[in-house]
Amino acid sequence: MLYINCPHCGMRSQNEFSYGGDASVKRPEINKEVSDQEWDNFVYNRKSLRGKHLELWQHISGCRQWIKVERDTATHEIFRTFKADEEVA
Amino acid sequence: MQKYSIFNLVKNAFSNHQNWDLAWKDPTPKEEYDVVIIGGGGHGLATAYYLAKEHNITKVAIIEKGWIGGGNVGRNTTIIRSNYMHDENGLFSEFGMDLWRKMSQDLNYNVMFSPRGIINLAHSDAQMNAYARRGNSMRLNGIDAVLLNREQVKEIIPMADFSDNVRFPIFGGLMQPSAGTARHDAVAWGYARQADSMGVDIIQNCEVIGFDVNAGKIKGIRTSRGNIKAKKVGICVAGSTNILAEKLNMTLPIETHLLQACVSEPVKPVLDKVVTFGAGHFYVSQSDKGEMVMGGDLDGYNSYAQRGNLPTLQHVLTEGIAMMPFLSKLKMLRTWGGIMDMSMDGSPIIDKTHIEGLYLNCGWCYGGFKATPASGWTFAHTIAQDRVHELNAGYSLNRFSTGHLIDEKGLGTKTWIS
Ligand SMILES: Cc1cc2nc3c(=O)[nH]c(=O)nc-3n(C[C@H](O)[C@H](O)[C@H](O)COP(=O)(O)OP(=O)(O)OC[C@H]3O[C@@H](n4cnc5c(N)ncnc54)[C@H](O)[C@@H]3O)c2cc1C
Ligand SMILES: [Zn+2]
Repeated sequence: MLYINCPHCGMRSQNEFSYGGDASVKRPEINKEVSDQEWDNFVYNRKSLRGKHLELWQHISGCRQWIKVERDTATHEIFRTFKADEEVA
Repeated sequence: MQKYSIFNLVKNAFSNHQNWDLAWKDPTPKEEYDVVIIGGGGHGLATAYYLAKEHNITKVAIIEKGWIGGGNVGRNTTIIRSNYMHDENGLFSEFGMDLWRKMSQDLNYNVMFSPRGIINLAHSDAQMNAYARRGNSMRLNGIDAVLLNREQVKEIIPMADFSDNVRFPIFGGLMQPSAGTARHDAVAWGYARQADSMGVDIIQNCEVIGFDVNAGKIKGIRTSRGNIKAKKVGICVAGSTNILAEKLNMTLPIETHLLQACVSEPVKPVLDKVVTFGAGHFYVSQSDKGEMVMGGDLDGYNSYAQRGNLPTLQHVLTEGIAMMPFLSKLKMLRTWGGIMDMSMDGSPIIDKTHIEGLYLNCGWCYGGFKATPASGWTFAHTIAQDRVHELNAGYSLNRFSTGHLIDEKGLGTKTWIS
């Protein structure tokens, strides 16, 4: 069982969350010329890192906020959690 | 190579089976090969075998970081089928079904192919309609499909829950009678033994850690046991694809996720089909030893852990018990997990790359075991001829940019949901 520290609610079990994938993926900016390659990178291409991975989770059975979680994809250790709009240093 | 036969079995009995040849050798890597295949799973081994057998290319090495068969080829639930709606998947898999039927003879190795049939259960009228459509598409491609109503399903699997007050009543199902199972280890070992006998070097405990590329052309690989030159290199590393892609500065439409499976204690024969639950993701078959072999959803978040987490297992088995209540009485014998190369449309990639002489085989998602022979056959063709075969032409890497996705389930890019 993973335990995720929701920045809004505190430590909760993974059963309360649903996964949202790689949080480093950025949608191309609106009102700008966007190349096919940029769309591909946004929609399909993923680094799928082994090790530290910044990812989105939603606290679906709690506060329903989207949050960012920094987790190791090999050991499942969770290092840090952030609010969705928080900058990750 | 010593042939496996009843005659040789009897002959070797006189020496207490102490004098059998080794099934494959343990060579030290040569300086250079015509083709290097990275990954000694089912697909890598099959590719090497068909390179030698179909294309007469035998200066080949398989480079495996662990031991052959230690990856997903030895961790899957062995379901073999071609019950796809889309032409690319249907024709590719049905070509594979033919190779499965001949495999034990072809490899002189009993892979215990058991075409016992698969039933996908339907739990609503809408699902029956969808299955009718898929079944018709299959039959148009020459694949056997039978639409079963509730009574017909009940006759075949009376142990499923047919009571009146269930949440997901069984409306019927789609059956592919020629689908089935095989012994996964035997598939790896059978391909390895034949490839070895034709001159392929199977090099275990040797991890690929980098590539030598010059002027857009592959020159060789770097491994934990030194550099190896190669004219052509094929990547067949399933759940580790992204790790090697990163070393080539490639970002792929693939994510690595964990899939678990489990077996119960062995019981007397009760189930002679593969059955899948249609209102979630659960499937079950019974092994020759009597264990119920079960699996379902991914753990649900990117993972390279090769071992799973209990919430998913509990969720999957809850579906199993909803489908076949008797399963709740069984003790669990073993659970395990494997890391899966989940592609963004649920279909694989067997293609050339932008680097000359470098070929890519990945994106097998839940269904790469059944694809082993067809994948090896078409990948060998792609490498040997430096062009894709019509059977894998649809499995191109650039289909994601051109919009020619093969999204069998219509689920989109959330790979962990599918
Ligand atoms: C629990 C589970 C159940 C499944 N059930 C089914 C099923 O019922 N039916 C079905 O069709 N499919 C199923 N699959 C999927 C199927 O097992 C895989 O898609 C398929 O085995 C992948 O191809 P492979 O055999 O070549 O992979 P693998 O056996 O994983 O081979 C890849 C090899 O590459 C090696 N490797 C990785 N990195 C390196 C490196 N850097 N250098 C050298 N070697 C490296 C690995 O050690 C590994 O041996 C299941 C998978 C799992 C995990
Ligand atoms: Zn919360």
